[in-house]
Amino acid sequence: MSELTRHSAARLAEMLAAKEVTSVEVTQAHLDRIAEVDGNINAFLHVNTEEALAVAADVDKARAAGEDLPALAGVPIAIKDLIVTVGQPTTAGSKMLEGWMSPYDATVIKKIRAARMPMLGKTNLDEFAMGSSTEHSAYGPTRNPWDLGRIPGGSGGGSAAAVAAFEAPLALGTDTGGSIRQPAAVTGSVGVKPTYGGVSRYGAIAMASSLDQIGPVSRTVLDSALLHEVIGGHDPHDSTSLTDPVGSLVEAAKTGNVAGMKIGVIKELQGEGYDEGVLARFHESLDLLRDAGAEMVEVACPNFKYALGAYYLIMPSEASSNLAKYDGVRFGHRVLPAESPLTIERVMGATRAAGFGDEVKRRIILGTYALSAGYYDAYYGSAQKVRTLIQRDFDAAFAQADVLISPTSPVPAFKLGEKLNDPLAMYLNDVATIPANLAGIPGISIPGGLADGLPVGIQFLAPAREDARLYRAGHVLETLLEEKWGGPLLSQAPDLRQFSGAETTSGAK
Amino acid sequence: MSAVTEEILSFEEAMEKYDPVLGFEVHVELNTKTKMFSSAPNVFGDEPNTAITPVDLGLPGVLPTVNKAAVESSIKIGLALGCKIAPSCTFARKQYFYPDTPKNFQTSQYEDPIAFDGSIDIELEDGTVFTVEIERAHMEEDAGKLTHMGGATGRIQGADFSLVDYNRAGVPLVEIVTKPIEGAGSRAPELAKAYVAAIREIVKNLGVSDAKMERGNVRCDANVSLRPYGQEKFGTRSETKNVNSLRAVERAVRFEIQRHAAVLDSGEKVVQETRHWHEDTRSTTSGRPKSDADDYRYFPEPDLLPVVTTEEWIEELRAQLPEPPAERRKRLKTDWGYSDAEFRDVVNAGVMDAIEETIAAGASAAVARKWWMGEVSRRAKEAEVDPVDVGVTPELIVELDKLVQAGKINDKLSRQVLDGVLAGEGTPEEVIEKRGLAVVSDDGPLLEAIDAALAAQPDVAEKIRGGKVQAAGAIVGGVMKATRGQADAGRVRELIFERLGVQG
Repeated sequence: MSELTRHSAARLAEMLAAKEVTSVEVTQAHLDRIAEVDGNINAFLHVNTEEALAVAADVDKARAAGEDLPALAGVPIAIKDLIVTVGQPTTAGSKMLEGWMSPYDATVIKKIRAARMPMLGKTNLDEFAMGSSTEHSAYGPTRNPWDLGRIPGGSGGGSAAAVAAFEAPLALGTDTGGSIRQPAAVTGSVGVKPTYGGVSRYGAIAMASSLDQIGPVSRTVLDSALLHEVIGGHDPHDSTSLTDPVGSLVEAAKTGNVAGMKIGVIKELQGEGYDEGVLARFHESLDLLRDAGAEMVEVACPNFKYALGAYYLIMPSEASSNLAKYDGVRFGHRVLPAESPLTIERVMGATRAAGFGDEVKRRIILGTYALSAGYYDAYYGSAQKVRTLIQRDFDAAFAQADVLISPTSPVPAFKLGEKLNDPLAMYLNDVATIPANLAGIPGISIPGGLADGLPVGIQFLAPAREDARLYRAGHVLETLLEEKWGGPLLSQAPDLRQFSGAETTSGAK
Repeated sequence: MSAVTEEILSFEEAMEKYDPVLGFEVHVELNTKTKMFSSAPNVFGDEPNTAITPVDLGLPGVLPTVNKAAVESSIKIGLALGCKIAPSCTFARKQYFYPDTPKNFQTSQYEDPIAFDGSIDIELEDGTVFTVEIERAHMEEDAGKLTHMGGATGRIQGADFSLVDYNRAGVPLVEIVTKPIEGAGSRAPELAKAYVAAIREIVKNLGVSDAKMERGNVRCDANVSLRPYGQEKFGTRSETKNVNSLRAVERAVRFEIQRHAAVLDSGEKVVQETRHWHEDTRSTTSGRPKSDADDYRYFPEPDLLPVVTTEEWIEELRAQLPEPPAERRKRLKTDWGYSDAEFRDVVNAGVMDAIEETIAAGASAAVARKWWMGEVSRRAKEAEVDPVDVGVTPELIVELDKLVQAGKINDKLSRQVLDGVLAGEGTPEEVIEKRGLAVVSDDGPLLEAIDAALAAQPDVAEKIRGGKVQAAGAIVGGVMKATRGQADAGRVRELIFERLGVQG
């Protein structure tokens, strides 16, 4: 493996700026790494070799000519395949969009282009971002770089695995109920869900509009802050995007102390259902933060016990509506019914029956039911009330603390196939991440150590628009932990080259 | 597309037995530059699927944004209908699968429309005024346009395939919904027509819609139900969809009243359903069953923030409202001194605005009416266009009138001058010059022509000499003919009497 792929985005940016290395070299190193290991990982659904190298060459030329370049110019990035891109296919992990080429770029993609970052390709995900394991992808599961027999989390398992396997220094993810943070936790990487509205959703294929948020995936807290500053900010194409300035996130990620910071430990997000190893690492982190001068307080969020239930009404309701457009009429997959008559209803029906996977159908049916006349108030209406209660819980908690802390996921990476036939067990993976989406607040997951050799994530949550606090707290804990480990957690990950060419046990491509 | 003939009762008999209750949903297409939720141009008649953006096609990942101009137009409509304007209102998704709806939901308003609780006074032809209560006016987006190919009927049933044009998808609409209209009795069809005409006039006057019914800018769904006189509970209603001319609205309501009456008379129940209006058979046919429990699975549109209307904004828009059409008509009729009949004719001919402009340009009310209702209307009828499309401008009328007043031309010549101007021969002065149309008032040539006419009709000359002065008309006619209409008829008459030595 080229050493170049081991560097953080921040370090690569420094080396590029100092002309110690070219973007073509950096990009090629990552493309080589993808070629080397992605046969086993399956993080990428599309590799964008030609365009990535062309962008890299342009950056190198511009730098040689002495042009002023953006901070991350020439640093390559991977894109979750839920975000539309001109020139690369966008599938959303679904047969429904197989071969579909978007005629427009998502706003974040425009920003990535403006930042002159070569795009390495599109990463795997659960179909339409519905899942916590990436096993619901129509293009085969992604594998966890720590153990190829295990899931990389989901829905953004592709982006997290790509970063954890050193196939990309940075990636974009989307987080509706934990799809950035939970994969980060189980792969030993960093993932941030920004404040709702902090990053434009225009061009992110919608699952649940009121919960979806694009955010950064990386190996260090500082790298996420660098990427967050590139993609954040108001977008007139997204009515729900905030008009606030993005703020000095990079600066916050360099502050380096938590003395006097009040950190609230959420009583409800630990204990029953949480793996012992996960809790052990969590408590170690609490001790480190306390020793570093943070003031630890326990906060109660009594309504969190309703969060999962509310989420599984609101999310499918919105998803059932957002996914209505996939009917074979205007774009994407079209399936004709085997028997006549060939009516529009039957073509739509056949297309949706063949184009959607089981998990997507499950959520469409749930959501359609929840929005039906006569059930709306009891289901969607009640869920919205719970949402308000959860926001109040957070308000009360943030009255006592600057940031909140919890494990990101109750369990480390489980085995491929282990929970595939038990949707409820699968949904429980997001129990600690969902409340932030329901309240629209930002959250970060950073590596918290290993439990039985598998990564565990620590989550910080901050009030809306206070994303900077996540970077400050996250960076401090990251530094303390890395001091303790003697280096980044991912340096303990297995050398994937040992698996090259090896047959893997499940989920053939 | 001939309709299955259904039993109907005569209108008179229906009216003897039943009390009609009406209700209208009128969709008004706004004439904003861009669409309701995208930056695509809002245009009519472009090449199919060219006035679109990814948003209008509902492509994966797109998000809507609200067109502020459309919101302002909606508020103006609300204010003109005497409605309250919601301080804050939301959009909602109305969900149903249909290929003219790109997202398979329509972004509309549900629980909280932007305007509600209004009323307008509708004046029928004889001056009777009905007050129609407005329940709500809400914002939504139009659907695309389907063309069904290969079938005999042009309907989706039996078609080989269908074409979809999304140019219209996302065009801003305001749907105006009335409360049930009771007490119209036998005037119901007339009221229906007058109501839709009033809405069309209001939105046209506001400048928020092109208001052309033939283009679908104003589309009416007419609800009709009957109940026995004295019964409070409404009968079962039918909803006749997309009745797209004023005459059709009147006829459709009349037909539905007659049809309902026949159904009720036979002891059957009226089916709650949509109906289609057929202009050819002047009847309706059954559409689809419609119940109050139609499940559109409405829920608040999560991609859009609530529309907040401040008091200042509403007042600013209120200040921009033009004078309401009914008040304006009342004022103009008084100002111009027209009789009821004269004014009604002017309104029906569609020349009220033109007359107002002509008067503003300097003509008297009488002259303006004479031109627009006379010569211009005649030419319009010949050319089968509206009077305002003949090409005559208020300024031209004023100019011609001045020339007549100055005695340079007479009425007859002024029409020839108009011919010349419309034929592009130049200004009225230039046409008079080129065509040699000036009135001949020089006595020399006139006397010559008079002598010739008298010689040609000696018997008439005798009669005049004998005191029958009215016989002079024949001589005047002869002179006018000889001078190709260019003689000053008054002067000719004087000269004839002088010549014959009689008192005129």
